[in-house]
Amino acid sequence: MLLRVLSTFQIEFAIALRNRWLSIAVVLMVLFSLVLAIAGAAPTGAVGADRLSVTVASLTSLSVYLVPLMALVISFDAIAGEIERGTLPLYLAYPVSRGELLVGKLSAQLVLIIVAVSLGYGTAALVAFWFSGGDAMDGLPALLRLIWTSVLLGAVFLSLGQMISGLSRRPSAAAGLAIGVWLVTVVLYDLGLLAAIVADDGGGFTTDVFPWLLVANPADAFRIYNLAASDAVGAASGLAGAAQSIALWKPLASLLVWVVLAAGLARGAFERVEP
Amino acid sequence: MTMLQISNLTKRYGGQAALDNVDLSIAPGERVALLGHNGAGKSTLMKMVLGLLPPSSGTLTIAGYAPGSRSARDLTAYLPENIAFHPALTGREQIHHFLRLRGRSAQEADGLLAKVGLADAARRRIGTYSKGMRQRVGLAQALIGSPALMVLDEPTTGLDPVSRREFYALLDELASRGTAILMSSHALSEVEVRTDRIAILSKGRKVADGSLSKLRSGADLPLTVHIHPRQGCSPQIVSVFPEARHAGEILIVDCMQADKLGILARIAALGDMIQDFDILPPSLDDIYVQISRSAA
Repeated sequence: MLLRVLSTFQIEFAIALRNRWLSIAVVLMVLFSLVLAIAGAAPTGAVGADRLSVTVASLTSLSVYLVPLMALVISFDAIAGEIERGTLPLYLAYPVSRGELLVGKLSAQLVLIIVAVSLGYGTAALVAFWFSGGDAMDGLPALLRLIWTSVLLGAVFLSLGQMISGLSRRPSAAAGLAIGVWLVTVVLYDLGLLAAIVADDGGGFTTDVFPWLLVANPADAFRIYNLAASDAVGAASGLAGAAQSIALWKPLASLLVWVVLAAGLARGAFERVEP
Repeated sequence: MTMLQISNLTKRYGGQAALDNVDLSIAPGERVALLGHNGAGKSTLMKMVLGLLPPSSGTLTIAGYAPGSRSARDLTAYLPENIAFHPALTGREQIHHFLRLRGRSAQEADGLLAKVGLADAARRRIGTYSKGMRQRVGLAQALIGSPALMVLDEPTTGLDPVSRREFYALLDELASRGTAILMSSHALSEVEVRTDRIAILSKGRKVADGSLSKLRSGADLPLTVHIHPRQGCSPQIVSVFPEARHAGEILIVDCMQADKLGILARIAALGDMIQDFDILPPSLDDIYVQISRSAA
């Protein structure tokens, strides 16, 4: 079993390298991180946080959009592409299970996310150390937290991308649906919540339902966890109050549950594909 | 002993039967061609053999194992229709992957690629391959581990006549070592005579199953006789063959198998009024069209 997963991992990784997905993802992350690390350090003195924490706060806001988008772009072709090339029935006629195929693909795609995120955030950390030396050490735990939570967030959206791929069966349809899912989960969901809070005007929705809805979205859970887990980052983001009103374990649990749930959804969608 | 045993196999989509009560068995070393129009049920039948689609009713076994079971998958090789593979991979990488999925050594790849004539292109990306070359990659993966049952869906599309001959030579070699082969085609002329049996599907039902000569006599189609008259002798010939059709200078007469000698006698009687004549047996495609039409 392991050999078949490993072989699928290898072949998918080779494809990602040739398709320049890895280089595109790395360049994108490094560029954005550099810009934020250099430009985003202005408020350091004002909020009393170290330079790296300030950078992490900016990177968190960026990653909420960028990591899901990157993950969906990498994964939307996973099943639909095999259908289009006519290779899916062939793979399924081989002594390899659908689960093994999916795990092989997911792990290869996850390595792309890990490399892109580590290099991108790592660059930002180097810039912070370059400008402020040892002071930036204070922000290091926050940076590491940002890296591994980004990987979790990436895993969620990779699986969602695979699910979309299995549901839509055609790469073009999968691409459209992926953009839709990104818009809804990352952009429209928050706008909707905001509108609801304004309409509710401090009523029961805002105090009882809203925190749960916020945590239930993997992108929001990622943001809250990163902002709330570090005082300095929270201070730098100016959202400390909002973030810290929610217990820290809730967004983390939400992220972890989503990793498993999304993988299950992808597996379920793949099971229903009749080659 | 049979390698593939299919009995009363039916597949329904909604109320529509894609396959209707089909029986088919293939012995080791036997080459069976499955013919039918697009939508006749060939691919559906093949996908059920591979365990990719569940049957609505009926039974199907591969060397006694259930289709799609681990043992059945280990024994079966498949070449899907119109396979493209990922353009970014080289032929060699793709075959390496298929070998590892079957738990075999990746070192077999070069031998397999050489066998299908891709030794020189092995390190090039599949994106640069012609359609025929991609088809050969598909064939190379189907040859892995000398399978007991080979399922080939329209394997010769995209192959030029020379490659097609090489392809059939490979199949002969496999069959002589005991591989049972089920291949589909949409034209009888494509399968030529290199098959032991031909089964024809029409609208999901099996309408014929037998050797080519058996199908030929079963179809009972007329022969066509082309008569080239000598200059100015056309009217006399028409008086002997009033049923003749004109095609330019040539006169065309249809003739049932049983009347062959009668026609020859009439031609002989005309003597040197005839410059030349040809007797053409019904073409393979005519036979195929006749059988699938008479069943409909």
